[in-house]
Amino acid sequence: MIKKVLISGNEAVGEAAIRAGCRYYFGYPITPQNQLTEYMSWRMREVGGTFIQSESELAAINMVFGASLAGARAMTSSSSPGISLKQEGISYLAGCELPAVIINMNRAGPGLGNITPSQSDYFQATRGGGHGDYRTIAFGPSSIQELFDLTYLAFDLADKYRNPALILGDAILAQVMEPVKLKKIKKRLPKKPWALTGCKGRKPNFIRSLYLTPGVLETHNWKLAAKYKKIEEREIRYETYYGADSNFFLVAYGSCARIAMGAVMEGRKEGMKLGLFRPISLWPFPYKALEKLAEKGKKFLVVEMNLGQMFDDVKIAIGNKAKISFYGRPGGGVPTPKEILKEVKKR
Amino acid sequence: MKKVFGRPKSLTTEKTIYCPGCGHGIAHRLIAEVIDELKIREKTIGIAPVGCAVLAYDYWNFDVTEAAHGRPPAVATGIKRVHPDKIVFTYQGDGDIAAIGTAEIVHAANRGENITVIFINNAVYGMTKGQMAPTTILNQKTTTTRKGRNSQSDGYPIKVCELLSSLEGTTYLERVALDSVPHILKSKQAIKKSFRNQLEKKGFSLVELLSPCPINWGLSPQESLRWIKEKMTLTFPLGVVKDKT
Repeated sequence: MIKKVLISGNEAVGEAAIRAGCRYYFGYPITPQNQLTEYMSWRMREVGGTFIQSESELAAINMVFGASLAGARAMTSSSSPGISLKQEGISYLAGCELPAVIINMNRAGPGLGNITPSQSDYFQATRGGGHGDYRTIAFGPSSIQELFDLTYLAFDLADKYRNPALILGDAILAQVMEPVKLKKIKKRLPKKPWALTGCKGRKPNFIRSLYLTPGVLETHNWKLAAKYKKIEEREIRYETYYGADSNFFLVAYGSCARIAMGAVMEGRKEGMKLGLFRPISLWPFPYKALEKLAEKGKKFLVVEMNLGQMFDDVKIAIGNKAKISFYGRPGGGVPTPKEILKEVKKR
Repeated sequence: MKKVFGRPKSLTTEKTIYCPGCGHGIAHRLIAEVIDELKIREKTIGIAPVGCAVLAYDYWNFDVTEAAHGRPPAVATGIKRVHPDKIVFTYQGDGDIAAIGTAEIVHAANRGENITVIFINNAVYGMTKGQMAPTTILNQKTTTTRKGRNSQSDGYPIKVCELLSSLEGTTYLERVALDSVPHILKSKQAIKKSFRNQLEKKGFSLVELLSPCPINWGLSPQESLRWIKEKMTLTFPLGVVKDKT
């Protein structure tokens, strides 16, 4: 029998990081991700790692920047207003091509908003987020197991592409407990000859994002673009449920996809040919898979806990190939399967 | 024949972009000489700031990174925690350390991070062409205080060493100046001590250098050195502010 442990999303993220070889965590308290910071405060010390409760989100992301450029696997976590503050550092990480994992347990906004579950940070997570022309890998898990697995994977991808990777959760995923199969603790981590470790036996290394000479920055940006293209080619993840026989698809990610799945099951009981398309990687977004699904006669309803953000990506993917509509609840509103089914019937 | 003077190994042969009479070149060289003398070049990691010295990695011949404006102490914290046996130092200007990065320097100092901070105080924003700095002295004219800094509307110059001295996490704080040869030699001693403290794991050390910025002060290089001595040191008295070693 596979041994599983019952843990919350916040704890799952923390344990996944530890097992992925992350030994540096820097964080600042904010609800609904405090249990993660608290978990790391004792767990990091237990495994001989470093935990710092920083003076601010800015400091936390810049400590991650320092640990990362020194060659270590490092992570920070926060929730929406705190992630806004971290955007400065995330832009520098992207510009300097430094790996890092950033967790956003999305709460409702704008401004201070409230601590209820929301998907209002989709644009921020998938469009770069900070200043400058860049992308971060962004995953939207919909179960605690997936949250664990994707956090674990995010460290590998961040190192592989030398790029920040972001996990977009919410208050539901942060707080809910589910049985999780844990992965082994990673012993061998990738070598990083580019890291700053002191120049013994080699020429000095420099990590920077400043390119004052005209044209040099453009070349750097094109280099980043080539990397992003590679990520788009290789790292798309999604799941299709009832793809073969459905004529109506819900499109949802994260905890909202769990609710949408409830609506699919209810609808199928009533004899409806209802399916679900669930993007797992939000950037890179599974445009082609969705486009392929949009054969003639099919309808799509995008369901989100916001005013319609992933909706834009679905429109880019499908265009005029099928009828697309949107149903969402902003400000911490959580739709029920019944509510979603009612919307399906309207269309 | 015995060689008595040369370029430190820790300096590259690159020509600096600094203006005539600027203090950065002297400060860079003092740091390089100290690193050579302590034989730590191969285990030193420097952090350049946002400001005129952002290109320091072109001039130093060891591992260097740059940090976002004000964040070098947080970046240094991350590096030092990964490599506790390497020598990590930040090189920061007055805007970096005493305005946008006030929180970062206070908390790195308060944690007693075993790092070295070289603080260049020239009482003005140099790279952006002469706006008021947090250390601009009263009545000093800048492009954003045309009639001189007025405490009523612009507040008072911040004394970084004195501000940090109340924190239990700080080990060594000294203010020196680059206005004369004896003071430059004194500055080197202070810089050396700050690096030696780190080698001996004594904790957080900061050396503040009063440094000339003739272009933005509207003075000649000669007048700038006099201005440090006659004006700046009245607000920022030279000497050891704290030494727990």
